[in-house]
Amino acid sequence: MTTLDIQAYRLSLPDTARPVLAGVDLTVGARETVALVGESGSGKSLTSRSVLGLLPAGARTEGTVRVNGEDVLTMAPEQLRRLRTSSAAMIFQDPRAAINPLRRIGDFLTESVRLNAGAAPAAATARAAEMLEAVGLTAAALRQYPGELSGGMLQRVMIAAALMGDPALILADEPTTALDVTTQAEVVALLGDLRTRFGTGLLFVTHDLGLAAAISDRVYVMYAGRIAETGPAEALFDRPRHPYTAALLNSTPRLEAPAGRLAAIEGRPPSLQEELVGCPFAPRCPLATFLCSQQAPALLPVAGEPARRVACHHSDRTGEGSVHA
Amino acid sequence: MSFLRFAARRLAEMAATLFGASFVIFGAMYLAPGNPASFLLSGRSASPEALKAINAQYHLDDPFVLQYLRWTGQILHGDFGRSITYRTDVSRLLADRLPSTLLLVGMALVLVVALGLLLGWIGAVRGGAADSTILVSTTFALGTPSFVAAVLLQGLFAVKLGWFPTGGTGDGLGQMIWHLTLPAVALALYLIGMLARVTRAAMLEVLGQEHVTVARSRGVSDHKVIRRHVFRNALGTVLTTGGLIVSTLLVCTVLVESAFSVGGIGQLLELSTTTKDFPTVQAISLIMVGLFMTVNLVVDLLHPLVDPRVTLGPRRSAA
Repeated sequence: MTTLDIQAYRLSLPDTARPVLAGVDLTVGARETVALVGESGSGKSLTSRSVLGLLPAGARTEGTVRVNGEDVLTMAPEQLRRLRTSSAAMIFQDPRAAINPLRRIGDFLTESVRLNAGAAPAAATARAAEMLEAVGLTAAALRQYPGELSGGMLQRVMIAAALMGDPALILADEPTTALDVTTQAEVVALLGDLRTRFGTGLLFVTHDLGLAAAISDRVYVMYAGRIAETGPAEALFDRPRHPYTAALLNSTPRLEAPAGRLAAIEGRPPSLQEELVGCPFAPRCPLATFLCSQQAPALLPVAGEPARRVACHHSDRTGEGSVHA
Repeated sequence: MSFLRFAARRLAEMAATLFGASFVIFGAMYLAPGNPASFLLSGRSASPEALKAINAQYHLDDPFVLQYLRWTGQILHGDFGRSITYRTDVSRLLADRLPSTLLLVGMALVLVVALGLLLGWIGAVRGGAADSTILVSTTFALGTPSFVAAVLLQGLFAVKLGWFPTGGTGDGLGQMIWHLTLPAVALALYLIGMLARVTRAAMLEVLGQEHVTVARSRGVSDHKVIRRHVFRNALGTVLTTGGLIVSTLLVCTVLVESAFSVGGIGQLLELSTTTKDFPTVQAISLIMVGLFMTVNLVVDLLHPLVDPRVTLGPRRSAA
């Protein structure tokens, strides 16, 4: 059974002209690491938060978001709490903002299992100490307040907290963005390590393509609330089939590339107040034709590469060099 | 800084402040127009001998500095002097009247804390119609000074409905509580509105913080998120306001006690001011200053318990 299975998921907010998420299909298998990449506002955080049923006020949804086969969108509050306690957990971007500064680390770690799973305080504390050691901290941190730990240590605490309920799925929403570079590397290494050790599936939300390539088995590229392209990380980054993926890769700074200006993607993503008729990327796309402005492309398998799918009318031309500067 | 060192330092500061305050209080009374002798004689022309006798009895002819030093020296021995109007020891007067004032302020404080927190909580968490109702009613409460509330409550519940006495203090705890209910409500009304507003705003601010979303994302139930995170984190602001509330209660009790003829310190202050009863006014003023400082000290000492990021003592340089 797939750990996370999102099918034709649409999410609309009040006072917007188009759905924020317009038919997202995404799966994460057991023990699989999947990266979800895209720019700010593409809907990637909203997608990951939906997995825990954390929807913005007034949101209307269609489709299914299944965790371990159960649809999150139709869950009763009680079921949702059980899901959040023991099936799926999220690691947030800024650990300093994500942990209540007035409560001890031990309280933060044990809170959810004590209050929901009815774990005895002693057992919960023992588990918390164990998890702290798993993320490279000591049980001494249990008595400390968040203000006494560094950002990197707090993100480890956050990861330990996510592991408390032994979840099948961990959602990491830009977990390294707020950290400095050396700490980022440690946290990424830790996440990879824990996946093999605890056997959890990991959905890694990031705007950092290099990070996505380094950590994930498969990648989803998201644009304007749709999946633009998906496939195994290596193949996708080697031979992007969607012009957006290609442009993103082109705008990523590289050490080995000659110095010079980075290729920025012209234009900006469509706002939520614009209705989208054709391909959402068409106005910024060098390959766009009349067809692109009229008809949204479906996410279809790539010929010869069954593991890959791309939503582009001209995916066969993407590799021709017209996009690569 | 250790708790003991902090407390010791603050006590020393308090002593210095009290000393300064005593000088200001004494000086103000000295400079104020009118003197007790003329009040005692209540406008009658007295023989120079009689005036002289009164002035000698209360040392009113001594130089200012001497009078001040005699007064502070007495206070250090626990003697606040003799009341000119009541012709008894001021400490006796205070001891008789302090319980009613403390009970009144205590009852009002309980009302303020219970209702203020409750209304603030409901307003922040429920929103909608409940919130609007609370906003409107707290606006009324905030617009009603305690002496106006006193007159209104007296008119409705004491005169018209007769549920409560119009004034007085009563004997025995039960009687006292019955007598002090209306004064306590009058005293509390404005502050309930204030605390409700402060609590509501503080809780709304915390509600928007990410750690609240995170707690929800971990399956903590809404009610527990509100209690353990939102309300808990709003407590710091509530505590700071609490200090202000107690101070305001002490000030407003003067007006309310007078309105309800409650035989407490506040009414005594009002009476002794109009009769130029210097020793009594001075003693009460000094006690008020002492109470204010004690309240502030208690708030400061409690703060680290409410917020671990607060440390006792002066700000540490770049920790």
